[in-house]
Amino acid sequence: MDIKTLYLLVPLAPLAGALLAGLSGKLIGRTGAHVVTILGVAVSLVASMLIYQDVQAGHHFNGALYTWLESGGLKLQVGFLIDPLTVMMMLVVNFVSLMVHIYTIGYMADDPGYQRFFSYISLFTFSMLMLVMSNNFVQLFFGWEAVGLVSYLLIGFWYTRPTAIYANLKAFLVNRVGDFGFLLGIALIAAYAGTLDYAEVFAKRNELAALTETVTGWPVITAICICLFIGAMGKSAQVPLHVWLPDSMEGPTPISALIHAATMVTAGIFMVTRMSPLFELSDTALSFVLVIGAVTALFMGFLGIIQNDIKRVVAYSTLSQLGYMTVALGVSAYPIAVFHLMTHAFFKALLFLGAGSVIIGCHHNQDIRYMGGLRKYMPITWITSLLGSLALIGFPFFSGFYSKDSIIEAVQVSHLWGSGFAYFAVVAGIFVTAFYSFRMYFLVFHGKERYDQAPHDEHHHDDHGHGGGKPHESPWVVTLPLILLAIPSVVIGYFTIQPMLFGNWFGSAILVDAVKHPPMAHLAEEFHGAFAMALHGLTSLPFFLAMSGVALSWFFYLKRPDIPAAVQKAVMPLYTLLDNKYYFDKFNEVVFAGGARLLGRGLWSGGDQALIDGFMVNGSARVVGWFAGLARKLQTGHIYQYAFGMIFGVAAFLTYWFNRV
Amino acid sequence: MNANFLSLAIWVPILGAIPVLLLGSERRFLVRWVALAVALAGFAVTLPLYTGFDTTQAGMQFVEQLRWVPRFNLEYLLGVDGISMPFILLNSFITIMVVLAGWDVIEKKQAQYMGAFLIMSGLMNGIFSALDGILFYVFFEASLIPMYLIIGVWGGPNRVYAAIKFFLYTLLGSLLMLVALIWLFLTSGGSANILDWHQLQLGMTPQILIFIAFLVSFAVKVPMWPVHTWLPDAHVEAPTGGSVVLAAIALKLGAYGFIRFSLPIAPDASHYLAPLMIALSLTAVIYIGFVALVQTDMKKLVAYSSISHMGFVTLGFFIFNPLGIEGSLVQMISHGFISAAMFLCIGVMYDRMHSRQIADYGGVVNTMPKFAAFFMLFSMANAGLPATSGFVGEFMVILGAVKFNFWVGMAAAVTLILGAAYTLWMYKRVVFGAITNPHVADLSDIGLREFLILALLAACVLAMGLYPYPFTEVMHASVDNLLKHVAASKL
Repeated sequence: MDIKTLYLLVPLAPLAGALLAGLSGKLIGRTGAHVVTILGVAVSLVASMLIYQDVQAGHHFNGALYTWLESGGLKLQVGFLIDPLTVMMMLVVNFVSLMVHIYTIGYMADDPGYQRFFSYISLFTFSMLMLVMSNNFVQLFFGWEAVGLVSYLLIGFWYTRPTAIYANLKAFLVNRVGDFGFLLGIALIAAYAGTLDYAEVFAKRNELAALTETVTGWPVITAICICLFIGAMGKSAQVPLHVWLPDSMEGPTPISALIHAATMVTAGIFMVTRMSPLFELSDTALSFVLVIGAVTALFMGFLGIIQNDIKRVVAYSTLSQLGYMTVALGVSAYPIAVFHLMTHAFFKALLFLGAGSVIIGCHHNQDIRYMGGLRKYMPITWITSLLGSLALIGFPFFSGFYSKDSIIEAVQVSHLWGSGFAYFAVVAGIFVTAFYSFRMYFLVFHGKERYDQAPHDEHHHDDHGHGGGKPHESPWVVTLPLILLAIPSVVIGYFTIQPMLFGNWFGSAILVDAVKHPPMAHLAEEFHGAFAMALHGLTSLPFFLAMSGVALSWFFYLKRPDIPAAVQKAVMPLYTLLDNKYYFDKFNEVVFAGGARLLGRGLWSGGDQALIDGFMVNGSARVVGWFAGLARKLQTGHIYQYAFGMIFGVAAFLTYWFNRV
Repeated sequence: MNANFLSLAIWVPILGAIPVLLLGSERRFLVRWVALAVALAGFAVTLPLYTGFDTTQAGMQFVEQLRWVPRFNLEYLLGVDGISMPFILLNSFITIMVVLAGWDVIEKKQAQYMGAFLIMSGLMNGIFSALDGILFYVFFEASLIPMYLIIGVWGGPNRVYAAIKFFLYTLLGSLLMLVALIWLFLTSGGSANILDWHQLQLGMTPQILIFIAFLVSFAVKVPMWPVHTWLPDAHVEAPTGGSVVLAAIALKLGAYGFIRFSLPIAPDASHYLAPLMIALSLTAVIYIGFVALVQTDMKKLVAYSSISHMGFVTLGFFIFNPLGIEGSLVQMISHGFISAAMFLCIGVMYDRMHSRQIADYGGVVNTMPKFAAFFMLFSMANAGLPATSGFVGEFMVILGAVKFNFWVGMAAAVTLILGAAYTLWMYKRVVFGAITNPHVADLSDIGLREFLILALLAACVLAMGLYPYPFTEVMHASVDNLLKHVAASKL
């Protein structure tokens, strides 16, 4: 098959599946829906593998499919850019998507919206692939918004729940705030580079670096990068635009794994990596990226400690890990950022799907306080979750270790403004991550069995029915994806770190100015193989921090379960702050949502109704009416008055007539 | 190009209205089918305008010239360029939707209802194709009458107030335009040809006066802030079809006027007053966006959203670059599809529930899933989602605006947030959620006729979003020509 046909097949196969399942869901039935969508994604995955081989052989591609629009000297085309970065994303997206598709058969088995769900997740896969395969900003924005749309539809999948439809609106609007910046960034590029094609823009990067924005006086390149990054902050949930991600857990668990952990939320990371030739030119923008990432990595981790909803713990850990990736971007370690993106995609999808398995095993209870001792009942879920957790905390030899340790080292050697703080944040984050991850792990899989203590009035469950009964292991369609995800979660780091980070595997896809931003080069000098790195990791500070985090959580939650409550009481103000998520939600609700409504009402009643309609429109009508009333008074109907008026008028006219010059 | 396609576009619907009216409202079956046949024929005769259009030519095509009032040198002069041609097709297409939308919903005087829309359609084609200033004025004013009747006869409870407000507002505006037209007629030495007027060398003062006279008329029609308040009232009272034509076509007449009269006749005044126009446009985008957010009536909300979207159109005109102007034109066409679809969606619900209050709904998706899917698509298009037509125009105008001035572009881009907020918040309250009103539980999903209408519009919205190239291709030559004209000072 022609390679270009394969390129087309990658996004179109999932799209076909989505359309079939969505438009003829009744016709093809439940089985039909999952067969066509899984087939679509599987075809896409196979095609991606073939393309991977082709790319390995050195064949890159950058070409247009069709001209979308031409206006004002700007030629906007839909097209593909196939290089190692793209193909890596294609593989990750398709692989995780396929796992989630299979998993969904079991997870959504009883749901009346079965076909719709499959249609959405395949549509998501299509959108995400369009995003990563794009060779221009317009198509990137198309994919960007399309994944946002599907995310919106899926968070609100159970549309009768008030919390779900609140969360999906919130997610969409917060993302739109990011997109506002993103679009301005794109517009700046169009204005100053005169093109929106990646390669053409990159070719003009040095010209851009010399320009100053005419109206604002800002350096063009910095303005562009910061605007673009604001978009990434929305999609990749960086503080302060992170608020939508925890709420997105209202969606069914499979999409939390696919969209809100493994793929969509990493779109921002991917985008900045793709734009590395631009970001490399602005240290201001990089510092901005670095600080935002560091704040997210540490402070979102803290929130994971006090969550009791199993999905929310994982969600906060996702926020924190996205912060790590962003930090890597900030120190120009783009390959490490996407490396962590990849390892994270596997182990976080695994953790989410594991959480979902626990949720169905516990009859739709999501509260970890009412779990405990599940390892007996759910052995596969238990082991795979343990592996996922070890990967997450960066245990040596596990995939997460390689990516996270590289980030920490890269930050350590960076000279960028803000790197000192970032280093502190990512190192402290290790302890926090280990603590909340194993808090959850111990509470769920070890200790006393508490599944029978769950109160029955909870409405925060992942599905309709819930209630007692012993936990049970999930069906094979659920556990198989867990196993298949556990394998890369454990080993992929070991096998890929050398080529991805130090073997110049990305080639020209990522551009780093090694003189100005040395971390990558520095790391390459230090690197002596994956095995040596892990051995060395066993004696390093992060490892000790992680181990103490695990030990502390073991002590708190298994050994002395009375301590956490005491600690909570002792630091009540701090707990309240965390419990309210630093008051971001309240602030947004009052200031932005409330403020907008207040302003709208004010403009409507004060401006439109009172001033324009009341004063100007009806006012002028009243003025006309007043004059008419005056004129009416003149028409008295009394002849003598008319006669008087006439005589007076004639006299006045004659006086004027005879006295004119 | 021997056939007089423009005349056909005007007179097929108008003359076709006669048999519809003669049939009388008792023969409902015949009235509908004849009206549909006329609307289809009216659309069919406009197709050659697109297929036979020469995209390389900037000037007028399909020109028809007849003597009309020789004593005053008035002519029946028709012609289209890349700017006006798409609107004739759009208008004739929307007419079909309107006829279908009134199919079995209108019970009172259906023959007159259909007749009014067909006549309206012909008159509006006349506005877009007239090249004689006085002929333009006749069509422009005549189109008020059917719309006035549509609101006044088939409207809601407060229809008389709305109809009169609509009529007075627009009439008042156009009187100043008449003065301007007569002045131009006299100054040009007795020519009513709009293209001759473009060549008039006018000083700054006359240009500004002319510009303001046209502005008053066109701003009311667009409508621009602060002369927009007739629109929400008119929409709320108008029947669904009336709202569709009003939003999809009638609002475009004002914007078209700017392009055909204000910019080329008074280019220096246009430049001089551009800051004012940009400020008014941005006010429409932002101020009206906030007002739309708090509306409790769906039609009012979409009406305000229309004003906000039209703000983009006027913004694009006055930043004087091809992206801006073509973006505006694309936005006008796209808004024709989307606003029509939004009002039709509200109509679908209104026909069943007889309420437009957001608070009366909630959970519509439970009983009308197919409808909810269409409504979702159109809501997303209204919020400017890429791959729908709503994105293209806004994107182009924002690109043009940032190029013009970063702050202007930034203010315009606020619509990304506001547009999504008011549209999707409404969607959430109307469609999502559990059913609280028992009447919603009894709703039946859309039937074949409604499906057909919405599917056709959905196809347009998606096609234009995925492949806008053909839409802008026809505009390039004319827009470049216009910009060249506007850039050359007459002083």
